[in-house]
Amino acid sequence: MEWETVIGLEVHVQLATKSKIFSGASTAFGAEPNSQACAVDLGLPGILPVVNEQAVAMAVQFGLAVHADIPEVSVFDRKNYFYPDLPKGYQTSQMYHPIVGPGSIDVTLEDHSTRKIRIHHAHLEEDAGKSLHEDIHGMTGIDLNRAGTPLLEIVSEPDMRSAKEAAAYLKAIHSIVTYLGISDGNMAEGSMRCDVNVSVRPKGQESFGTRAEVKNVNSFRFVERAIAFEVDRQIELIEDGGKVVQETRLYDPERDETRSMRTKEEANDYRYFPCPDLLPVVLDQAYVDHLREQLPELPADKRERFQNGLGLSAYDAHVLSASRAVADYFEEVMDVCGDAKQAANWVQGELSGALNRENLNIEQSPVNARQLGELVVRVIDGTINGKAAKQVFQALWNNQGASADEVIDAKGLKQVTDSGAIEAMIDQVIADSPAQVAQYCDAEPDKRGKMIGYFVGQVMKASRGTANPQQVNTLLKEKLDAKL
Amino acid sequence: MALEETHVRRAAHLARLAVSDDQAKGFVDDLSQILEMVDQLQRVDTQGVTPLAHPLDATQRLRADEVTETDQRDHFQRCAPAVENGLYLVPRVVE
Repeated sequence: MEWETVIGLEVHVQLATKSKIFSGASTAFGAEPNSQACAVDLGLPGILPVVNEQAVAMAVQFGLAVHADIPEVSVFDRKNYFYPDLPKGYQTSQMYHPIVGPGSIDVTLEDHSTRKIRIHHAHLEEDAGKSLHEDIHGMTGIDLNRAGTPLLEIVSEPDMRSAKEAAAYLKAIHSIVTYLGISDGNMAEGSMRCDVNVSVRPKGQESFGTRAEVKNVNSFRFVERAIAFEVDRQIELIEDGGKVVQETRLYDPERDETRSMRTKEEANDYRYFPCPDLLPVVLDQAYVDHLREQLPELPADKRERFQNGLGLSAYDAHVLSASRAVADYFEEVMDVCGDAKQAANWVQGELSGALNRENLNIEQSPVNARQLGELVVRVIDGTINGKAAKQVFQALWNNQGASADEVIDAKGLKQVTDSGAIEAMIDQVIADSPAQVAQYCDAEPDKRGKMIGYFVGQVMKASRGTANPQQVNTLLKEKLDAKL
Repeated sequence: MALEETHVRRAAHLARLAVSDDQAKGFVDDLSQILEMVDQLQRVDTQGVTPLAHPLDATQRLRADEVTETDQRDHFQRCAPAVENGLYLVPRVVE
């Protein structure tokens, strides 16, 4: 039987506010345990939460970026459960009237086709603290610094049909929140976390199969792997005559499998009710319009401009617009050198190769955008040839010079275009290689094209890479053919 | 709606309240009466009435995103039964 996979994602995005969603405690990462947990975060008696305006603004900006309805009124509810890292005994969330209504994202797949993934809603809530399970005298340690950090939970419709689509959707969300600057999107530090709902159904069937919720899927790669595992598991189960049970499973990246979390004796019963400590949040149109005006150019618009405005390939436009840092870098290189395609080639080629080799991201690049742009200028104006340009790049990368011009001067890489000088080098190479010249003359005419490579190599070597390769080629051919 | 003792037990468990057998029987009656009143309210025709999110006819004030709290960990941890290295210690939670 042919099976179809149905996937929905719940993405938790930590909003990059300075203070918490309901208190004035700092949200800075990595502080001493509990040094940023105030009375409100601890749920001490007599406290009163007050909503952080910036968290509201960030949520609304996300909503606007995904073309969502922004309801005038949103309401906070209490989600009640007991866990030691939730000192109040409830998480303040939005169950019935979320701040962001239905929207959608156009997701670009590997073949550059796009698919619209609908967003059911996005709501504001507070994060819980952290439980440290390493044995401390047989006890568990609780750090509440993270308690009360604002989260935006983005809930998709079950619109994805493959692990690749799910990963592409997650990347699109990552790209939007980092473009907006509402989150650092750092998955390793938990700024973006993802729960995946997966089910399978026979191809063509209208109704959904029973889904499993997979938690703890915290990298783009894990999303794909967890889904792949889960799909195989469910299909195998059904084909063996079994049934998928609705349950929460945990993804274990080390074993690359999902495992059923200990099924609790009773189903979750969160007893949601409106939080009496918080009044409804009412957003007037002027406020929403003001936020709309402040939206930066978003990834989809940038990609469109890169492709249709600048004439880049679909692939380049996609890769260069996927992250704001890369897009900003590329645009600066382009502004300095004035040539979009050259800028794209250098950022995608030499630079990204070097970054990958040393496992750096573009913000950590030893070569900044201005330096790279100035290097590309010297390629375009013919001061250096492509081979020398790579040497200059390497020198800048290794901090052996502050600018391309400085490296070119210091290493004497200026391209030799004086035909007299090039001819002299060619004559020398021909004089030193009588055997190769004889072979060239004896070869079939259609083989000679290939054989000329040897002579080009020798001339380039003699010029330490600085001779203009086109001139070397033309002049060599003339001189060799004269010997026939 | 009449409650059974199992309902009361379940609610007590969810709220982590220790309830004795005698108390549980008493709660069955008390809570059933409250639910009867709710049933009465449910019969009111509320078509066209906007649900009330809060009894106060006011909207939430928002605060500026500023760090206003200082570190008072030592002060707060004085009332905790067990702390170490700045962490609150609780009975072991096994995942």
